[in-house]
Amino acid sequence: MSNLNKMKSIIIEKTLKLDCGKEISNFPLAYETYGNLNEKKDNAILIFHALTGDQYASGINPITKKEGWWNYAVGPGKSFDTDKFFVICANVIGGCMGSYGPGTIDPLSNKPIGTNFPVITINDMVNAQYNLLDYLKIEKLFAVAGGSMGGMQVLQFVSNFPNKARVAIPIACTASHSAQNIAFNELGRQAIMSDSNWKEGLYGEKSINPDKGLAVARMAAHITYLSKQGLQEKFGRNLQERSDLKFGFDADFQIESYLRYQGSVFVDRFDANSYLYITRAMDYFDLTKQFGGNLSKAFKDTETKFFIISFTSDWLYPTYENKDIVIALNAIGADVGFVEIKTDKGHDSFLLDVPDFLSTIKNYLSTTYSNINERRI
Amino acid sequence: MKEEFKVISRFIEEKSRVLDVGCGDGILMEYLSKNKVVDVRGLEISKEKVKKCLSKGLAVIEGDAENDLKQFPDLSFDYVILSQTLQAFMSPENVIENLLRVGKKVIVTIPNFGHWKVRLDLLLKGEMPVTKNLPYQWYNTPNLHMCTIQDFYNFCNNKRVNIYKSISLNGEKVSNITTLNLKYKNLISELGIFLLEK
Repeated sequence: MSNLNKMKSIIIEKTLKLDCGKEISNFPLAYETYGNLNEKKDNAILIFHALTGDQYASGINPITKKEGWWNYAVGPGKSFDTDKFFVICANVIGGCMGSYGPGTIDPLSNKPIGTNFPVITINDMVNAQYNLLDYLKIEKLFAVAGGSMGGMQVLQFVSNFPNKARVAIPIACTASHSAQNIAFNELGRQAIMSDSNWKEGLYGEKSINPDKGLAVARMAAHITYLSKQGLQEKFGRNLQERSDLKFGFDADFQIESYLRYQGSVFVDRFDANSYLYITRAMDYFDLTKQFGGNLSKAFKDTETKFFIISFTSDWLYPTYENKDIVIALNAIGADVGFVEIKTDKGHDSFLLDVPDFLSTIKNYLSTTYSNINERRI
Repeated sequence: MKEEFKVISRFIEEKSRVLDVGCGDGILMEYLSKNKVVDVRGLEISKEKVKKCLSKGLAVIEGDAENDLKQFPDLSFDYVILSQTLQAFMSPENVIENLLRVGKKVIVTIPNFGHWKVRLDLLLKGEMPVTKNLPYQWYNTPNLHMCTIQDFYNFCNNKRVNIYKSISLNGEKVSNITTLNLKYKNLISELGIFLLEK
């Protein structure tokens, strides 16, 4: 509990009208910050986490005791250099690390809200997080950045709040969730919902959670985060602590054992209902449709500098989907940089130690920051 | 900075929008944005070079001119630069057309295949020429469509493209090319730099 007490959190009193039509107010938003806000308040970077992330991007996550999800990229001397920048990360609404979500205890019933929680969208997520900037008294962000669902939040944020950020770095993402993306998310949701412990989402009273379903959802999703080549190189057909096949359904292969492990550790840190809600938010994300089929309109009159990054082996959010964003920005003459990083680490590349990726962001941010300051003088 | 880039940058007026197609390491882009206060974008095919440019904070996108010029709207730049890459395209004709669509003015530089050393190589040795500006062997050259300054002149005339200015570069020596000295400049120039308009 002591760690929970240390968790930074604000209560958003203001009413937030959700895309589903419902309104929420007086709800918590948990966040963490790294580095210091300078006197001019011009060095703040808001980063957005992906599906299963949380506010603990850097260092050791005080709750899970594991490394923060973006520890390769965020920290002193790293890509998002916390010696230089003030990095802010909030847990999305719908999440399960202190922000308002299906796991939040309803004070009236004293039970988790469960599936009585409203369906939320990426738009709702960024609108909620905007309040944090008011609270921290940040007029203008130096940058917004994020990968995967974090990248979608970047796009939605710059669209909702034009010129609130000088730089936007959407990584390995899309402006419109594809049929394949939705299909994989549905597979995960069905795994959870067919677990008899799920109980229409109203589990949790006696601490019996749909762990099996959630683990299967994670296993399936994990495959989509890696590339075929990466899997083959790492595991091949290697056997798990045995010299021969056992002619049964135990984990004969290392890849099976690896996936089972990934599933089992995931259920310790993640809530099954949050998984349902957040994947739904991703599926509903279609910025192009929000702007009548013309993605360029989402960024009309933008003065933000965009830097879009994709990875060669990412088949979940492939380069051509990232490039659609580049094309939409070029069509309106926006300031946009784009590179596809060569790696066999799949979609997960943005979370991993991919030196080319990490160094390019680091240099891009530091040069751009000093260029902006020079121009101001 | 290369003499060629100095000539190009003299063509460009201050506070204009520039697209550098095949921007390489972004040397010209950096110079233009610092010295001419221009709003400059780049397109580059090599990942390594794109990363270098982005590390310098330059707005460069990875892509190739034959496919990726399409995404830029008509006349969205004051100048579009194509430095010594025209000969490497599958269809230089289409690329030039697209450059003229995207840019109000287009700056093209070509390595001159009409230079006397090139001519002598083929005439005397009977071998495909290998020079400072064209350092490749016939079997590994990326240059698919070599041309001479004269060829490029004829091309522009046939396509009704206005040549606003044309400059000859021979080492450090910069001079004007005119219809009167064209034959001579075609013999002594290593590079031709053209400012075009539709």
